[in-house]
Amino acid sequence: MSATLRTGVKFAPAGRGLSDATLKKIDEAIARYPVKQSALLPALWLAQQEQGFCSLQAQEQIAGKIGVGPAFVAGVVSFYTMYHTQPVGRHVIDVCTTVSCWLRGSDELVQHLERKLGVAVGSTTPDGRFTLRTVECLGSCGTAPMCQIGDLYHEDLTHEKADAILDGLK
Amino acid sequence: MAELKEKVLTRHVGHADQIDIGAAMARGAYTVLPKGLKLGPDAVVEEVKKSGLRGRGGAGFPTGVKWTFMPQETPKPRYLVVNADESEPGTFKDRLLMEKDPHLCLEGFLLSGYAIKASLIFIYIRGEFVEAYQTLLRAIEQARAKGYIGVNVLGSGWDVDVILHRGAGAYICGEETALMESLEGKRGYPRLKPPFPASYGVYGNPTTINNVETLACVPFILERGAEWFAGIGREKNSGPKLYCLSGHVRRPGVVETELGIPLMKLLGDHGGGLLDPSRRLKGVIPGGSSAAVMTGQECQDLIMDFDTLASKGSLLGSAGVIFMDDSVCMVRALERVLRFYAHESCGQCTPCRIGSDWIHRIVRRIEQGRGTAQDLDTLVSVCDGMVGKTICVFADAAAIPAKSFVAKFRDEFNDHINLQRCPFPMAAGGARRAPA
Repeated sequence: MSATLRTGVKFAPAGRGLSDATLKKIDEAIARYPVKQSALLPALWLAQQEQGFCSLQAQEQIAGKIGVGPAFVAGVVSFYTMYHTQPVGRHVIDVCTTVSCWLRGSDELVQHLERKLGVAVGSTTPDGRFTLRTVECLGSCGTAPMCQIGDLYHEDLTHEKADAILDGLK
Repeated sequence: MAELKEKVLTRHVGHADQIDIGAAMARGAYTVLPKGLKLGPDAVVEEVKKSGLRGRGGAGFPTGVKWTFMPQETPKPRYLVVNADESEPGTFKDRLLMEKDPHLCLEGFLLSGYAIKASLIFIYIRGEFVEAYQTLLRAIEQARAKGYIGVNVLGSGWDVDVILHRGAGAYICGEETALMESLEGKRGYPRLKPPFPASYGVYGNPTTINNVETLACVPFILERGAEWFAGIGREKNSGPKLYCLSGHVRRPGVVETELGIPLMKLLGDHGGGLLDPSRRLKGVIPGGSSAAVMTGQECQDLIMDFDTLASKGSLLGSAGVIFMDDSVCMVRALERVLRFYAHESCGQCTPCRIGSDWIHRIVRRIEQGRGTAQDLDTLVSVCDGMVGKTICVFADAAAIPAKSFVAKFRDEFNDHINLQRCPFPMAAGGARRAPA
């Protein structure tokens, strides 16, 4: 379903349409703002919440509701690092590797996680359980090193602590 | 010049139930709001002006003065935008306030919104701060139920609504005009100024943008008076201040003290000294990674306020203080700083789009032992081609630190180039080499 350019850039898979419940929530988000285009980021969050990423079909539905073209929506999606344009693992591990975390051992943590999960940064484990990424500063520099998994911050990490957190995720 | 003898902004962050409106009110939340609403908007602006409060987000612009830029007469709606997009590397103070004392934040937002006669308050929070987002969302609903948000707030005749808006991962959206673009549902491209937000902001309407910590000071200014606030710290650099300590410090975290504390006192008394006391302090980034680095020597008598740091060619910025001991390779440290900017440049202006990536690649090459004799000159020349040549100051924020590292640790850069390798052991600084 997904197209890949020779440069390795992947377009979002077409996917399926959003559920009625999500579409209703998008309408509610649009109603909250004085100008409906402001609901674009919230709408994309809702789409990602349902599908795990922003599929092309979801982007087109949102474009229709907001009143902009699908290419405009794609331009917004690609600007923000938190929107996924591809399906990702059930748990996305974002390890901060910016300067404060680096000073406290974030690179060693990344190496440890690569070894533990058997995948390189930027990839998903074959069982679809984890996607490992490195990200820029997450605003948790006083409790470095740290990572974000889904909605949660995990701070003051040691390799053992990271192991225990990952082992607890299905 | 007076020291801060007590906690002010962070006095209740230790209470787990402070996020609940009942517990927060029992500790005094929302007692200043009625007082402010009785004073009237202009008196609130005047008091904040008198206090000397300067913006805590990075620029240090006088808050009360910024408020007076809002047009007096306008048929358009006025907006307050709270910049909660805390993303400057080394900074984590607003997150603490929002997660631990959301009602203090909200009371500050409401008083400030009232001062500028805003009909709508947008809180733009970075997408990663999910806990803070959920805590604030709940706090907003609780405040709405109590009548602090809505029509005719506490009988004052002022109508206001609050919208919490979540970003999605883009450092540039902390820049005020990029933030407004993002809020309007677009890519976060900074706008040319002028027009400034006060005349043309969100949807083209008059808008004031302030940082979370800045607005959290407002209830205390109204409660205790402008003189109290102005009496803490130093002249023109007054009030309580949250400093974020990170890196090679024994007790990292948010420290509340007076603005203008000496850096070595901040490190010694509040940070517990260096992480490894046998090490020497090599360098400090005093105000988030966009600030020029200071050498250990320069830090000895450094005062941590807006004007002192500016006079030394650096910035207090967001007060994200990053300590580096002498195990750190400064080339590698700069590589890490610049990788951030290479990743986060929004790509709108050519000098920044090309330059941020270029200077990162030069420094990476030097660190990897592939630097040439011309590289440092090229680096400085590319930096000079970035500063002041773009729509926003992002390019400056990458180029100025880069130039400072090269100027202050030039021998280390030369050693890398002459030896054709990094002279530091792999483990030093707790980091491996950057990937090729």
